[in-house]
Amino acid sequence: MFSSLMGWVDARFPATKMWEDHLSKYYAPKNFNFWYFFGSLAMLVLVLQIVTGIFLTMNYKPDAALAFASVEYIMRDVNWGWLIRYLHSTGASAFFVVIYLHMFRGILYGSYKQPRELVWIFGMCLYMALMAEAFMGYLLPWGQMSFWGAQVIINLFGSVPFVGPDIALWIRGDFVVADATLNRFFAFHVIAVPLVILGLVVAHIIALHEVGSNNPDGVEIKKNKDKNGIPLDGIPFHPYYSVKDIVGVVVFLFIFALILFYAPEFGGWFLEKDNFIPADALKTPEHIVPLWYFTPFYAILRAVPSVAGSAFAGVAAMGAAQVFLFLLPWLDRSPVKSTRYRGPYWKIALTLFIISFIVLGYLGTQPSADTTLLVNNTILARIFTVIYFAFFILMPWYTSIDKDKAVPERVTMK
Amino acid sequence: MRNLIYVFFIGLISISSVQLMAASKIHLEPVEIDLSDKASLQRGAKTFVNYCLSCHAASFMRYNRMAKDLGMTDKQVEENLMFASDKIGDTMTVAMRPDDAKKWFGVTPPDLSVISRARGTDWLNTYLRTFYLDDEKAMGTNNLAFKDVGMPHVLWEQQGYLENDHGHLTAASKGTDADYNQTVADLVNFLAYIGEPSKIQRLALGKWVLLYLFLLFLVVYPMKKAFWKDIH
Repeated sequence: MFSSLMGWVDARFPATKMWEDHLSKYYAPKNFNFWYFFGSLAMLVLVLQIVTGIFLTMNYKPDAALAFASVEYIMRDVNWGWLIRYLHSTGASAFFVVIYLHMFRGILYGSYKQPRELVWIFGMCLYMALMAEAFMGYLLPWGQMSFWGAQVIINLFGSVPFVGPDIALWIRGDFVVADATLNRFFAFHVIAVPLVILGLVVAHIIALHEVGSNNPDGVEIKKNKDKNGIPLDGIPFHPYYSVKDIVGVVVFLFIFALILFYAPEFGGWFLEKDNFIPADALKTPEHIVPLWYFTPFYAILRAVPSVAGSAFAGVAAMGAAQVFLFLLPWLDRSPVKSTRYRGPYWKIALTLFIISFIVLGYLGTQPSADTTLLVNNTILARIFTVIYFAFFILMPWYTSIDKDKAVPERVTMK
Repeated sequence: MRNLIYVFFIGLISISSVQLMAASKIHLEPVEIDLSDKASLQRGAKTFVNYCLSCHAASFMRYNRMAKDLGMTDKQVEENLMFASDKIGDTMTVAMRPDDAKKWFGVTPPDLSVISRARGTDWLNTYLRTFYLDDEKAMGTNNLAFKDVGMPHVLWEQQGYLENDHGHLTAASKGTDADYNQTVADLVNFLAYIGEPSKIQRLALGKWVLLYLFLLFLVVYPMKKAFWKDIH
């Protein structure tokens, strides 16, 4: 009965073929470790954001006079509105946690290297789109931090020589962040950017499944196949990784629920205190801080001194910080993929890079003149900005002279 | 390799444990928030409607929601706590016009619905306890936590007026400090409640969700083990 129904469908649509190509006969390396949970978790959070987002739009009002109150209406008067809203706000931060860990995995095991350059590029485009999505979504509650955060970031475009002010005006649709800005950000946040993200996710996965997954050993499993053409070190994604990822999902949801139910503001990191004050164009908050996932780049922006009174150098540095990530597949000259078999130069460089990213992230949340950490924060930010860029700029050099170890022929199960 | 992972997580943990808020200039008096203490919330509600709700609105908070959450009947609320509205389904608005308020106090008194989430409960607790006499000000009082605030010391009947001796407040107090501090603690508890009424529901539901996920883990983990037993 079922097989004849599937036969009818398969004659018209490649349902079984797609199932086999991407799940039941997609052979993934058998040695995935902890770091390989975050791809599927990113998909889970994406679905969560889309579904909760749909329900939020049913009661949210994209109108400068009504937006703030409509969020509180959702929190109080809409049935389960508080849960939907917290799922969405906690989900936004969770998305970045998961994506940063996913990206770190890619760097750790050289997953961006040949032949997976396009997987990495699509992934980086996804990361860019996600940042745009988060930035525009953060304006919607129309609190003080929504307003002033948007004001600061849009003004960055204003620092572009000659055309800057016109670009900023064009983005805002008004001389300050206002109702027109809120409306267009709403449109981008709920339809335009999500469409781009969905399209890129498809491209990311198609590219991945074309070349096959990398693994913690950085060994190409397609080099060793049995007589049926199945990789010796590969196992079908379904059921092996579907059952494994379910465990990851449950553990992730446990941590997620812990935050959502017991600390949805997460000490001001996920929901900032100032955002519980309605946007006021006449009252600038004491210090304007973007949410944590932007702060490494915000710190780089502030670290670069202004040139001839223009902050454009900082803006360019912030852009370059992203561009270098895109170039990773070509900056890395090592023949070895996985950090497991790389030499000391790479390990030191990667460690310094991760430290600089985290320290910059912290500095981005702090006032720049602050001296709690013994040295002026701006000086610290400059030091770590140099380290951040040195990781990329010196990469062709230190990866080509590094003393890499021998890579095993087959994957290991450690 | 393993060290790298440790470094990564130690970094993450150290970041998440740093408080985001900039250090406040004055020491904040901590206050305990307990949304299950209905008596405290009811006392806070009484203070709120008697002293705050003539100038400050709480325009996202409905009277009947408060009745339900604080264990009162609609009738009790209508008779004892509703002076500014006549329908139990109304939100806590005030009759004072924003323009008039601005003329009288220099600034329109802010809506207090989510003030506890914007300012923090410890700050509110400190603020309400640190009004002192100041001849320079139009209202005759100033505040340690909020310098040059436009609001007068509305609760002076409870606390009496304090003098500012180089940052230390000395009392020629009316009631005892403990009484006043309790009044403020109840009021702040109430403000915390109206800041997020669904918190009661949230905390109650959370443990069941976590329990469910824990039980689910006990099923899915052995399932994974069973599927993977022949993979070496």
